[in-house]
Amino acid sequence: MAPTSEAILKVRDLVKHFPLTQGIVFKRQVGEIKAVDGVSFDLHRGETLGVVGESGCGKSTLAKVLMALEKPTSGSVMINGKDMAKARGGDLKRMRRNVQMVMQDPYTSLNPRMTVGDIIGEPYEIHTEVAPKGDRRRKVQELLEVVGLNPDHINRYPHQFSGGQRQRIGIARGLALQPEIIICDEPVSALDVSIQAQVINLLERLQNEFNLAYIFIAHDLSVVRHISDRVGVMYLGKFVELGKDTAIYDQPAHPYTQALLSAVPVPDPEGREQRERIILQGDPPSPANPPSGCRFRTRCWKAQEICATEEPLLQIRPGTSHESACHFAEAQDVVHAG
Amino acid sequence: MKKTATDVLPAEGGLGNDPLLSVEDLHVEFATRAGLVKAVNGVSYTLSAGETLAVLGESGSGKSVTAQAIMGILDMPPARIPKGAIRFQGTDLLKLSEEARTQIRGRRIAMIFQDALSALNPVFTVGWQIGEMFRVHQGMSKRDAEKKAVELMDRVRIPAAKQRVHDFPHQFSGGMRQRIMIAMSIALDPEVLIADEPTTALDVTVQAQIMELLAELQRESNMGLILITHDLGVVADVADKIAVMYGGRIVENAPVHDIYRRPAHPYTKGLLESIPRVDLKGQDLYAIKGLPPNLLDMPTGCAFHPRCPYRQDNCVTSVPELYEIDPNRSSACHYWREVLDGTDE
Repeated sequence: MAPTSEAILKVRDLVKHFPLTQGIVFKRQVGEIKAVDGVSFDLHRGETLGVVGESGCGKSTLAKVLMALEKPTSGSVMINGKDMAKARGGDLKRMRRNVQMVMQDPYTSLNPRMTVGDIIGEPYEIHTEVAPKGDRRRKVQELLEVVGLNPDHINRYPHQFSGGQRQRIGIARGLALQPEIIICDEPVSALDVSIQAQVINLLERLQNEFNLAYIFIAHDLSVVRHISDRVGVMYLGKFVELGKDTAIYDQPAHPYTQALLSAVPVPDPEGREQRERIILQGDPPSPANPPSGCRFRTRCWKAQEICATEEPLLQIRPGTSHESACHFAEAQDVVHAG
Repeated sequence: MKKTATDVLPAEGGLGNDPLLSVEDLHVEFATRAGLVKAVNGVSYTLSAGETLAVLGESGSGKSVTAQAIMGILDMPPARIPKGAIRFQGTDLLKLSEEARTQIRGRRIAMIFQDALSALNPVFTVGWQIGEMFRVHQGMSKRDAEKKAVELMDRVRIPAAKQRVHDFPHQFSGGMRQRIMIAMSIALDPEVLIADEPTTALDVTVQAQIMELLAELQRESNMGLILITHDLGVVADVADKIAVMYGGRIVENAPVHDIYRRPAHPYTKGLLESIPRVDLKGQDLYAIKGLPPNLLDMPTGCAFHPRCPYRQDNCVTSVPELYEIDPNRSSACHYWREVLDGTDE
């Protein structure tokens, strides 16, 4: 699990804006959705970066840009020192091979008309150099075994498997091209509680076995804590706090992180009457028109004038051990308090 | 002589000692092309006024079907209720005529659904849909119903209710839509509110808002609340007592504090142990092995036996009854003593 020093993925000031248009014949751009708006981080070999945030904060857009499914508006994604935006043709193809994805919903992300063998083997059709044609069936069976499925089930269809098994198929497909980075977008949230633990254990085992780097996007904060080495908290397209898992969970410095953590119900009824909870009012503002200065100020109980005029940068603040983007950052243990 | 609906309706305000709602040995089955699916196999629970009962279970455990049977919104056929009773203040709802049930549904027993967007009608304004409760059940005029709708939207804390009453569901965020659902359900001051996964589709911050709102409404009107969920965190936060369901049966019944401290059924125990814990980071999570049962092909004996670490030979052959542990607790496990003491195998 110990991350080595070399970063395989470097993301710098990544921005992805989607245009908002009006009119059918004469399309005019009337604004833009600032889905990802200046995100920077490093990812090391064998490391897991957890990304948490409310829906609409840009987590999934970030994943798509990293997969090169969307072109970034500006900023760079460097994989092993190569800029993804500048890569073309064969270079881009090789970079894409290196970043794979496990989708959220194993019920819709597998083609019901393809056999499991075809689903897992499909990446080889595109990246033919990984497995020569005659070798593919054997490779797919190996993968099935690696994710804990019966290799003899290679000719079955997705509907013959349960949700947890289907997610294993999705994971096997992600592993097929031997990537160094796997992006897991809510990999367990569609699964039953008793199955989630099995899939998380599998992901951890695979990480150790193949020294994979994960970007683990989820809204279940306790799962993210369990699997992540570092955690980034996203709000309206930006990281508001980024640090080691223990730093984020035990000493959250940004008010949003504190609110998010204190909103998570604790699975223990002892002392529930005394528990202090920060309940945020309202919903996140629209990413088409984010508030000036600090984006969280409209829901923040610490907001002052400076928050409306000056945007707080993501940096290490006095009295805290990790980066946070708040003028009034102050480490506070919200989970164990009360 | 034909009975009119009002003869058999339970009196408002309850009948002395009867619990507000009691489900007794309820069985629900569905006739499907693949065979008979026994979704609910003898479920019993009770609910008193002001109490929160959490029904915990995975998909296919029968928790929602039980709730739909209480509401009387199962499609029959394919569903059938071959056995059981649902007593609301002493009256068996299953024996009532359809008209009588309509009188109760929505007015005395109301329900909130998981996915607010698909539960709301996209082509009517939310004010119209909330007002419908008053127009249909109380014959109110359109104008009065709309006034009531604004009041209710205020009560569930939708900002600028007066302006937003004419908005359509798609103009609201997920959390606000769920508030509209709640407004509709509490419109006629029901005595029982069934919330089927009310926060599953929502973010944790919004979930906290919604759960707080539900708790507050419950305090105000002393409703009995049945909370159907799979989230052990939410349950620990709000429930008074818990019924854990597995394979169409209740496997454990207990007050909330007992179950988290000392579970008495291996399934409950496994669920609690599989929650990621801080002190176990870096280790494998405890995982219940195997898969939830297939309702078309239920295991013999105890439905949990293929996955159970406590299994003995008789678990495969005999279905465990719900053993009483103390007057408030029961467990459907032959070896509940061993589970309770935490001695494995």
